[in-house]
Amino acid sequence: MLKKRLIACLLMKDDLIVQSIGFNKYLPIGNPKFPLEFLNKWDVDEIVLLDISAYKQKRKLNLKILEVLSKSCFVPLTVGGGITSVEDVRKYIRAGADKVSINSSAINNSKLITEIVNIFGSQCVVVSMDCKLDKDGIYRIYKDSGKIPTNLVASDWAKEVESLGAGEIFLNSIDRDGSKIGYDNNLIKEITEAVSIPIIACGGVGDFSHFASGIIKGGASAVAAGNIFHYIEHSTIIAKMNLLQSGIDIRMDSEATYKGREFDKNGRLMMMSREDLSKIEFTRGKEDII
Amino acid sequence: MENLINIKIIDYGMGNIQSVKNAFELLNGKVEIISDPSNIKNADGIILPGVGAFSNAIKNLKERKLIEPLKEAVIDQKVPLLGICLGMQLLADNSEEGGDNEGLSFIAGKICKIPHMEGYRLPHVGWNDVAVKKKEPLFRNIIDKGSFYFVHSYRFECDDEFVVATTNYGQSINAVVRKENVFGVQFHPERSQRKGLHLLSNFVNYIKGTKV
Repeated sequence: MLKKRLIACLLMKDDLIVQSIGFNKYLPIGNPKFPLEFLNKWDVDEIVLLDISAYKQKRKLNLKILEVLSKSCFVPLTVGGGITSVEDVRKYIRAGADKVSINSSAINNSKLITEIVNIFGSQCVVVSMDCKLDKDGIYRIYKDSGKIPTNLVASDWAKEVESLGAGEIFLNSIDRDGSKIGYDNNLIKEITEAVSIPIIACGGVGDFSHFASGIIKGGASAVAAGNIFHYIEHSTIIAKMNLLQSGIDIRMDSEATYKGREFDKNGRLMMMSREDLSKIEFTRGKEDII
Repeated sequence: MENLINIKIIDYGMGNIQSVKNAFELLNGKVEIISDPSNIKNADGIILPGVGAFSNAIKNLKERKLIEPLKEAVIDQKVPLLGICLGMQLLADNSEEGGDNEGLSFIAGKICKIPHMEGYRLPHVGWNDVAVKKKEPLFRNIIDKGSFYFVHSYRFECDDEFVVATTNYGQSINAVVRKENVFGVQFHPERSQRKGLHLLSNFVNYIKGTKV
């Protein structure tokens, strides 16, 4: 069976990876090479790399960085930020991207979606949507890093990008971004019910137990987060073990699985009991034959 | 002399060629991206990558005059070829994607849209289990059960004799096909972590085996 996916979203601002809070505050993490390497080793299913300052500064993502990152990436790499033409897509893919993500430029020129799809295929195009719950109770789309409101109703826009040929939707909640209170499952549900292409949910994960709700309550095909994966050892593996324990089918190829370990109500790994600790023996991991 | 083989990746203007190159660089070291037809000669192994629409792909191959040299190498000289995703689909006789288009006819079969089924979103994207039907060089030392990264909306329909492995997405989809020296994988081994790299290294070893 097709597995659900756990996606790590790396936000890049001025060539540095950052954590984002509410689309307006940013904490620096550092060189993109390191998070990319550890995420790859820790069983992540996909990586989304977004240059959040490119579009506003009217420039492209730094292709040199992309080339270096792609060399140590062996999971699908989706790249976004600054794409305004088919030629940009070609450059990004040449530099090592597998898929591209477009956001503001799709809102300003929706024909761009179809143009990219006709050349690179639907599976190559991820449309990223930044949504916010307006005071009248309707989810609307915001553009330019969530700063400028548009009249687009989120579910209508989702249907439109589907009909224009988009392969997936990366759904971000501005309200929940960096909030650590979990996904906006109402939003996810509204969009998954509106379209039949896969939805990637993002925004708001504060502990590892939140991932499962995006799939169970929201109906997402993939769950993504950014901030939580930094500063925690084996973050993506622990997230996956939480998903597995919630009964969700997900790929787990790593040697360290945390199988049988207990998690607290926030999804954090619990300490082992003294008795269990004393039983641990060190074993040598299987050698990789590649 | 060092035991490196000449792997050539066909560039026809589409697809994630760089990702494929990265993977082979890690495994073999000697890999070249080529778009000039005369460069296909002296390849020990050919990779036909691909992401995109079938009709565009075949049009580009024609425009770059790559089809004849490919057929010469693969059919006459029996050079091993691996088609990845769209590259696999190009191996078939024809495809219904973007009108009726002729393929390379290396493996008898046709490309059809995956029929829509309730509860199964299209495109088929993500990690899916692959069931190995035949013991083949590509799956040497890889345990039978393992998942690979798929992303496609069309599938390869062909006779069972060519099917090496399948996957299930509500319905059976051919994941790996083979006819003699021609291999096709529907998933993306270059982006399927260790299992994918393992499969590619098996292909490299297969090429080495044919040279002895």
